[in-house]
Amino acid sequence: MPFDYAPAPESRAIVDIKASYGLFIGGEFTDATDGTPFKTISPSSEEVLAEVSEAGPSDVDRAVKAARRAYTGVWGRLAPAERGKYLYRIARIVQERARELAVLESLDNGKPIRESRDVDVPTAAAHFFYYAGWADKLDYAGLGPAPRPLGVAGQIIPWNFPLLMLSWKIAPALAAGNTVVLKPAETTPLTALLFAEICQQADLPPGVVNIVTGAGETGRALVEHPDVDKVAFTGSTEVGKAIARAIAGTPKKATLELGGKAANIVFDDAPIDQAVEGIVNGIFFNQGHVCCAGSRLLVQENVYDEVLDSLRRRLGTLRLGDPLDKNTDIGAINSAAQLARIRELSDVGESEGAQRWSPPCELPEHGFWFPPTLFTGAGQSSRIAQEEIFGPVLTVLTFRTPEEAVAKANNTPYGLSAGVWTEKGSRILWMAGRLRAGVVWANTFNRFDPTSPFGGYKESGFGREGGRQGLAAYLTRGGPGA
Amino acid sequence: MSTGTLPDVSRDDASLRAFLHGLPGVDQVGAEARAAMLSTRSIKTTSKQWAIDTAISMIDLTTLEGADTPGKVRNLCAKARRPDPGDPTTPQVAAVCVYGDLVATAKEALGDSGVHVAAVATAFPSGRASLTVKLADTKDAVAAGADEIDMVIDRGAFLSGRYLQVFEEIVAVKQASAPAHLKVILETGELATYDNVRRAAWLAMLADADFIKTSTGKISPAATLPVLLVMLEAVRDFRASTGRQVGVKPAGGIRTSKDAIRHLVMVNETVGEEWLSPDWFRFGASTLLNDLLLQRQKLATGHYSGPDYITLD
Repeated sequence: MPFDYAPAPESRAIVDIKASYGLFIGGEFTDATDGTPFKTISPSSEEVLAEVSEAGPSDVDRAVKAARRAYTGVWGRLAPAERGKYLYRIARIVQERARELAVLESLDNGKPIRESRDVDVPTAAAHFFYYAGWADKLDYAGLGPAPRPLGVAGQIIPWNFPLLMLSWKIAPALAAGNTVVLKPAETTPLTALLFAEICQQADLPPGVVNIVTGAGETGRALVEHPDVDKVAFTGSTEVGKAIARAIAGTPKKATLELGGKAANIVFDDAPIDQAVEGIVNGIFFNQGHVCCAGSRLLVQENVYDEVLDSLRRRLGTLRLGDPLDKNTDIGAINSAAQLARIRELSDVGESEGAQRWSPPCELPEHGFWFPPTLFTGAGQSSRIAQEEIFGPVLTVLTFRTPEEAVAKANNTPYGLSAGVWTEKGSRILWMAGRLRAGVVWANTFNRFDPTSPFGGYKESGFGREGGRQGLAAYLTRGGPGA
Repeated sequence: MSTGTLPDVSRDDASLRAFLHGLPGVDQVGAEARAAMLSTRSIKTTSKQWAIDTAISMIDLTTLEGADTPGKVRNLCAKARRPDPGDPTTPQVAAVCVYGDLVATAKEALGDSGVHVAAVATAFPSGRASLTVKLADTKDAVAAGADEIDMVIDRGAFLSGRYLQVFEEIVAVKQASAPAHLKVILETGELATYDNVRRAAWLAMLADADFIKTSTGKISPAATLPVLLVMLEAVRDFRASTGRQVGVKPAGGIRTSKDAIRHLVMVNETVGEEWLSPDWFRFGASTLLNDLLLQRQKLATGHYSGPDYITLD
């Protein structure tokens, strides 16, 4: 008899989802004045979870004004150690309400509860703890003595790691003394709205954090608002370019964290079993909805068969299904639109002559699903080897020499991350020096830590988030000549 | 690593070293992360029932104390045949594992129950004796009726790189132990690195071990999940290159049902269901059985009876 795992669903009773949500402006939930409400659904079942307000230009204006008032009236004048206390308090509440946040994230986003519980939420709390510690030590951030905050930050985050991206944006901004207006993605607004409740629970002064929900138009209103000092965006390269155009010629500062097409490079002397785990984690973590996903596997040709056999066998053990089941490895695709894009690019891959393979995998009837998929036999010029798919689709390429691996890895408009698998330390250093990528992982992949800066080269954007370097995005250099 | 080349690798020390050191390395961080991830699997209701019964059927119920008596061994054998006298649906365990001098007692007590007698031999647990003594120890246990022999490798020889010596000892013990099955204890707690665990596992399999076993239970750490992972990968790869399937036995330190279930999950997701039987996977344990019985009763009745209702043997 096979060892079938009985369903082990996490209870959703812990989270109280309201029928409808307003906008969080000036410390209160308020109705939108000029948008059309929209629904957020659970991508695993297409069940409507809640109705959410759409912030129109006048709502965004109210939010920016509230943020400005909070900046000039309270937050910008607060003793730095006091800012730190608020951030520590938020971090602790995120930990205390971790289960609630994890369940809500998995419901709204479709990601497995194992990931929201073990990665997203703990890492989000870790970011608040980390930047809380910086609040009264900004003189040591490498930006001269007494660096100054920028003012009001307009922040736009994607749907792949809703709470985690919120923490990457809000924690450093607040620690540096800025106030924020944050727009979560339209398909995943719920954890940001729960975070608004956490700000209330922490007695954060009204207006320091404002959450406006909506889609692209809301984002545009926020980016173009004249009283926003700083725009921080994580999302697609296409939107990132539009933002860069929109703020050109204004005094607004910007950091953009955009797409990627990372190479995960496996040498013949790699620890093969762990490399296979790293390949799986690189591309199938969060259904491949990861900007730094290792979506191009570069395998040294003399271990190609061995690696591919192991990889196929391993993919056969991935468990796809209910995101709230504690044993699920692969959850739902976040939206119908994203699913359509993944399908389209996968079809292109086939029509360009690459071989498509997925393990036997039953897809649920409702919701948006795509099986873990490998493409072999693709060329460097294939669209699936060039374009970001943002789904559980891995394109496998080969190389013969380290020089060829570097050339292929760098032959992309992106430059966000890369992985190198070899037991040879000198080769890791040689590769890391040549790869044009913001993050180079050695014998691991998709590891995140608040102390480590993250960001891209080329069309993957500019600016760094995380670490001491992440503070530079929210501070003006202080001291003489500043 | 084709089938044809494998017999040649043991022709001399240099070939054996070249082969073992040519195996892919194990990244410690990655192996431990994989083991930790598999430990988060949540095994409930029907799958828990199945896992508990399967774990019971895989136990080598063990007593390896200097103070062991024939009476204690007979008690243990009774427990092995009927682990829970109050519930005849409880499966019997796979084997009873004792020192060589108690094999005859165990054999007699187990009769035709189908429960095997396993004997530790070869100067267990340290392995510090001459080959002559080790072989005599083995033959003695087999003569007394042991169905399975659990031998230890010479860790001193292994760690100092005398692989051929370890190989030849295992081959000799294998011959001496026929027709009994041979389990080779690597004592992974003394091998220091996962690379060494992988090499020792391959060495034992090349020398014709029927099972590879983690530990004597006398050294800490004994069985750990990352070590089991590396050994499972080894038996999987060994079968892929030779066609021969080798069993795996973690032993020592596995005390709770939760631990046992984590081991089964790892077997399931690393080598698959072909290893999920007592023919290919065993638990070397003394106290694990009682916790499995407690959990089994809890699943059957909906409440815990408590340790007072489980026999101590």
